[in-house]
Amino acid sequence: MRIFTGVALALAVGLASAVSPFASSSPDGLEKVAGDKGFLGDGGLAPIQEDSPIPDYSFPGVANGRVATGLAGFVGTCGVFALGYALAVAVRRLRGGGGPNGPARAPDRRARR
Amino acid sequence: MPLALHIPDGFLSAEVAGAAAIVAVAAVAYGLRRADRDLDEARVPLLGVLAAFIFAAQMLNFPIAGGTSGHFLGATLAAVMLGPWLACLVMTVVLATQALAFADGGITALGANVLNMGVLGALLAGFAIGAGLRVLPRTRSAYLGLVGTVAWLAVTAGAAATSIELAASGTIPLVVTLPAMLGVHALIGIGEAAITVAAVSAVLASRPDLIALGRFEPAVDGPASTAPAGA
Repeated sequence: MRIFTGVALALAVGLASAVSPFASSSPDGLEKVAGDKGFLGDGGLAPIQEDSPIPDYSFPGVANGRVATGLAGFVGTCGVFALGYALAVAVRRLRGGGGPNGPARAPDRRARR
Repeated sequence: MPLALHIPDGFLSAEVAGAAAIVAVAAVAYGLRRADRDLDEARVPLLGVLAAFIFAAQMLNFPIAGGTSGHFLGATLAAVMLGPWLACLVMTVVLATQALAFADGGITALGANVLNMGVLGALLAGFAIGAGLRVLPRTRSAYLGLVGTVAWLAVTAGAAATSIELAASGTIPLVVTLPAMLGVHALIGIGEAAITVAAVSAVLASRPDLIALGRFEPAVDGPASTAPAGA
């Protein structure tokens, strides 16, 4: 599991840091339709988003746009990995899933059927 | 530069945003309750891995026709790996981080974004893959074809839901947005299908036991199970 986690996480971090700066900057599906149909201007930032730590996937204070995007990707990918992992650990503790009945669950369920 | 645009604040009325948020919260709450059944030891790091991969892949806007780009959404991949309810949790982690830290997608619209890009796709994938596995031949290519088709469907369903929410909010009539949204997202869905199939193939080749919605899921194995006994 450690190997799988390590390889998959490295792939994600690599994509977000090194490939995302070269991604297409054209408007995406919803943005394009909103522009074409004239309601793009209805959208805006919520007040608390004015102070977003990393607005528009661009790390603040970095002059080079591609570097700023790569850094944003690196921080974001590591951040959501930590959040997802922490959530899973917390939920397992709270729901009493820890302990011996983890991996043994699937055969259990089958037997009960 | 990626400039992903989930639904920002201002596109949806308070009623529509609120209704979508209620559905999203209900799905997340149920996902948390189901976790004691779905979240076995091996899937704990997987929750983080999928959040990371989906966040990263969502930054990779690929060009499609007419000066437009699309990006991976990931609900189908998450559902294949974790089952539909844990997938709702992963998509919420990703979308909430994007809204709060990256100003991508609105705050009041977060529920709608979770519903359209997470819950709908994850539950659709859970239902359709479960149903497909019962009728399709148990081959690798049939399985991957099913996964790809469902990934495409999940993206178009999300686009349709977005159009309906925009219309219900009085922002833009359904007849105007629905054809445009479906047209663009039918193309984006092809990219979604390709990335989902590639990722699932890679997992099938390395750790097929990690796949929740597949031939290895106890729930879809009949009494004459072909899963390796004592594995």
